[in-house]
Amino acid sequence: MNVISLSALDLSIAAGLVLAVALLQWRMRLGNTRSLLIAGTRTVVQLLLLGLVLKIVFAASDIFWISAMAMVMLVAAGREVMVRQKRRFVGSWGFLLGTSSMFVSAFSITLLALLVIVQPEPWYLPQYSIPLLGMLLGNTLNGITLGLDNLTRNVWEQKAVLEGRLALGEAWTHAISDIRRDSIRVGMIPIINAMSVAGLVSLPGMMTGQIMAGAPPLEAVKYQILIMFLIAAGTGMGTITAIIIGCRRLFDERERLRLDRLQ
Amino acid sequence: MTDLVISNLQSSVPGMAVQHLEALDLTLREKEITGLNGPSGSGKSLLLRAIADLDPSGGDVLLGNQSRCSMKAHEWRKKVCYLPTESAWWFETVGEHFPDSNADVLQKLGFEEDVLDWKVSRLSSGEKQRLALARCLSRFPDALLLDEPTASLDESRTHLVEEVVSSYSTSRSVPVLWVSHDKNQLQRIAQYVLEIQSDGSFEEKD
Repeated sequence: MNVISLSALDLSIAAGLVLAVALLQWRMRLGNTRSLLIAGTRTVVQLLLLGLVLKIVFAASDIFWISAMAMVMLVAAGREVMVRQKRRFVGSWGFLLGTSSMFVSAFSITLLALLVIVQPEPWYLPQYSIPLLGMLLGNTLNGITLGLDNLTRNVWEQKAVLEGRLALGEAWTHAISDIRRDSIRVGMIPIINAMSVAGLVSLPGMMTGQIMAGAPPLEAVKYQILIMFLIAAGTGMGTITAIIIGCRRLFDERERLRLDRLQ
Repeated sequence: MTDLVISNLQSSVPGMAVQHLEALDLTLREKEITGLNGPSGSGKSLLLRAIADLDPSGGDVLLGNQSRCSMKAHEWRKKVCYLPTESAWWFETVGEHFPDSNADVLQKLGFEEDVLDWKVSRLSSGEKQRLALARCLSRFPDALLLDEPTASLDESRTHLVEEVVSSYSTSRSVPVLWVSHDKNQLQRIAQYVLEIQSDGSFEEKD
């Protein structure tokens, strides 16, 4: 496969476009300039680092280094879920809830894909395992963040309703059922949208990449379908796990609503 | 025998400053209304919530000889119903909040049968308060914890609510704890009145 190599000048032109937008925002006092520049810088630094790390990991192709990298990715994703919550769970729950949900969903599905479906040789071949895990983590992260944020925000706002239902003798599972259903639905919205418009509105990123790298379009399509399904399953499993555990945590053993467990 | 026996009860809401309320020992007798009175912020609502087991609390509460610990929390709350001053509504129409059409109690509280089709968003605060009581009574609780149940009602509606609660209490042998700021009201309806003092102790009033 022959890829057209990008020069430093090519990337500078693209960076210039972002700078132009930042300049425009600054001149028109639209705000947001800082976060755009910071995010742009983060992209450059993080991806360059990733490139270097991948170069080493690919060369070593050692299961220890691959697992270590997978752990770093998981912790980074777990932290991201936590900081994006307006009202997160107090203490270690804030971090562990999202992280463990992603662990059971994204990790198990990546393993399944490697061992049963794609079957590279060896099964942990980093050229397959790392990007697969990355795509799954990135997408389950979105679903879990949206779902949990919806859950904690609604519970906070609807305290009177929840306690009113409890006071009438409803079981906690019944009292929270509407919010729980809604939170899982919200977590699933991005992947359902992505699957619905795939190929019609958007050309998914991975497929675009493969085609540019010279892969036959139908092969790229098959991979994209596989990825979409894996992501849908991972997001669904991860969101449902996080919401169910999160709901349980919001009530204690006497079915009391415990908002003191949120901050 | 379905007295509600409160034994050494003390609310311990997490994150709140040390409770200044004394631990409470009190028996609410069946067929009797016990009045509870005290300045704002003295912890009357907290006490009711603790009895209903909506907040963590020390001590025990028994219905007859059954401790609240011996049953699931939601079963306890179905029997010992707490009615907050401000009611919450979560469905669009009034009727969806009622278990099955229980026109009897609605009629006693001055509503026509078509109230079940009313939109919750169009209820006045007084209507909400009476409907919340009806919603509570339509589940036939064995004990009632009422937090200022007539706060947004005019005089005639207030008397109506007092009548309905009294007759529910006597006809079904139910103990009632009634929080009110209105001492005249408590004298009118309660067989026994308890007042929270400024130091957090409880004092009997005749």
